[in-house]
Amino acid sequence: MSARDNILRRLRQREDGPLQAPKSDFGVMTGRGWSQEERLARFERLITSVHGEVQHVSRENWTQSLIELLKTKSIRRLALGKTHPIAQEARQALATADITLVDVDRPIEDWQREQFENVDAGLTSTGGAIAETGSLWLWPTEDEPRLLSLVPPVHIAVLEANRIEDTFYELMVNLGWSKNMPTNALLISGPSKTADIEQTLAYGVHGPKELIVLVKN
Amino acid sequence: MSVQEYTPQAFHRQAHDALGNPQIRANFRKAMGGLMDKRREAFAEWDLETLRELGANIRLRALARLPDLLETLETNCQANGIQVHWAEDGDEACRLIAKLCQEHGAKQVVKGKSMVSEEMHLNAYLEKAGIKALESDLGEYLVQLNEQTPSHIIMPAIHLNTDEISTILHDKTGLERSRDVDFMTAAARAQMRERFMAADVGISGVNFAVAETGTLCLVENEGNGRMTTTVPTVHIAVTGIEKVVEHLRDVPPLYALLSRSATGQNVTTYFNMIGGPRKPNEHDGPREVHLVLVDNGRSRIYQDNELLDTLRCIRCGACMNHCPVYTRVGGHSYGTTYPGPIGSILMPHLMGLEATKELPSASSLCGACGEVCPVKIPIPDLLVRLRQEAVGEGRGNVPGAGVKRNRTEVAAWKGWQWLATHPRAWRSGTVIAGKLRALTPSKLGVWTEHRTAPKPARTTLHALIKRHRRETNS
Repeated sequence: MSARDNILRRLRQREDGPLQAPKSDFGVMTGRGWSQEERLARFERLITSVHGEVQHVSRENWTQSLIELLKTKSIRRLALGKTHPIAQEARQALATADITLVDVDRPIEDWQREQFENVDAGLTSTGGAIAETGSLWLWPTEDEPRLLSLVPPVHIAVLEANRIEDTFYELMVNLGWSKNMPTNALLISGPSKTADIEQTLAYGVHGPKELIVLVKN
Repeated sequence: MSVQEYTPQAFHRQAHDALGNPQIRANFRKAMGGLMDKRREAFAEWDLETLRELGANIRLRALARLPDLLETLETNCQANGIQVHWAEDGDEACRLIAKLCQEHGAKQVVKGKSMVSEEMHLNAYLEKAGIKALESDLGEYLVQLNEQTPSHIIMPAIHLNTDEISTILHDKTGLERSRDVDFMTAAARAQMRERFMAADVGISGVNFAVAETGTLCLVENEGNGRMTTTVPTVHIAVTGIEKVVEHLRDVPPLYALLSRSATGQNVTTYFNMIGGPRKPNEHDGPREVHLVLVDNGRSRIYQDNELLDTLRCIRCGACMNHCPVYTRVGGHSYGTTYPGPIGSILMPHLMGLEATKELPSASSLCGACGEVCPVKIPIPDLLVRLRQEAVGEGRGNVPGAGVKRNRTEVAAWKGWQWLATHPRAWRSGTVIAGKLRALTPSKLGVWTEHRTAPKPARTTLHALIKRHRRETNS
């Protein structure tokens, strides 16, 4: 008999007999009732409390803010997608700026060391955010691969202000995640951090040192 | 690499040594002090009891349907392109993982934090097979450099202070000595990044495995878990069979409980949900994902209605952070993979009571562990049950039951029982004891090492009450 069959047989032939499955009441995960303003304020307060930065940008002119941000942070090489509207608008605006745009729509094997060593920042869109915890959610795609939000030392994420849900539970249920899970789904709440050295917080231990959220209003 | 040896058999000596080590005591006192407050603050806005109730229900529901959910998980993982393997025990899981590594010609693997891999001593096994496994979590990395095991399930290097860590990094990696945490972290980042790129295989644990969607969830702050499961060509996830949950919607309540209970964070930096290997059109992520489901004694715990509660654990470590014993003796004293209260109820199942008989007694039964447990595991009750098992008064369901049974003790309690149920003998016995009190010994073995020996009272309680009544009535 295989390990699988043995394990399942032992579990099915329980000495103390079959177990009753209790019902779960998820009420405690819902009913926050925050307004859109409250959601945004809450998201901002929480993500900044864990070292994330939030910049409010205008819907029409957000790329101008992006250019200024790149200048302030001395970002010379920016990795970004091609087909997402965010990436398209950014590429258009940055075409004339003194910034090297790094394409990410190629197999990582071809440019792994370049990505690890020669990219200053990664720009991604986001699916939205969660007010309760100050989290962004991302579903990486072929246009914006998984490592784009992880490997470069700075992660710039663009968030639409009207795409903030109250709770993770509601986000998942309202958007029907269980019917449609991608190869990788992420919640990101701040830049990479550790407290493993005597509980002293340090940022950027493996992933980005900085997370900047551009909130489009 | 030899690892400093601690064993559960030597709990008393190890605890004694730790109590006599001012450095260890100071490190733990400093680390644990803030954690209790942080946890309390993190739940301030919540109806905590209702949330704990939900967490416990979700875990119980998953356990009630465990065999079916494991099959559903397997089917849905396979549909997502994740290859599923089953292992009866730690050795079989090690063999499976080593074989997968060898099939890919892996000489170097990076590892995210995984307690089940500690439980099965995976690193040592891989090393014997000629495969170098490097821990990628900073705390685990430091502990590995220091040739130790983790002393806490969430904060592996909590027993080390900044100076000690500085010395470890200097001695083992040649890093310039510094007390600057940012400098040390940046150095570790650079060292690890090379390893992520060089590794052929990434090995991780699993926090929640979702049956409904075939998704593996990983909770972390550092990003090493994402690196480990994304950069190498092959990702092998290893988990105990109890980590499965039924629905995707079961995950948010457990995640809310886990991050707040563990470190008092509202949320961790990353919540990573892995739904399979890289698709043909995708540009990064592993090309193969494997899931190894490990039993290792869990299906045995599962047989018993009471002991089953142990399997609810979501590995948050809150019971350790609040345990007056753990916070004084530290994790290494227990000599087991899982230390503290959860370790004291889990390890007897995994290792048998012969080796672990001291652990269920390494508790004052103050109840703090049960009070903070996010999924309401009645840890104090289980400690008592295991004490009964150890002296042969349980159901005999734990390996090594009865190992602590002592004939003299049994006879003494039997005699006591007889006395207490025979009033005449009791009365004359207590009177005689009162008269002979000068003869009672002042040393009673271990009991009197830190306590004064009891002495019968000059006058019995019955006599005192009688006298009191006489005086108040007259």
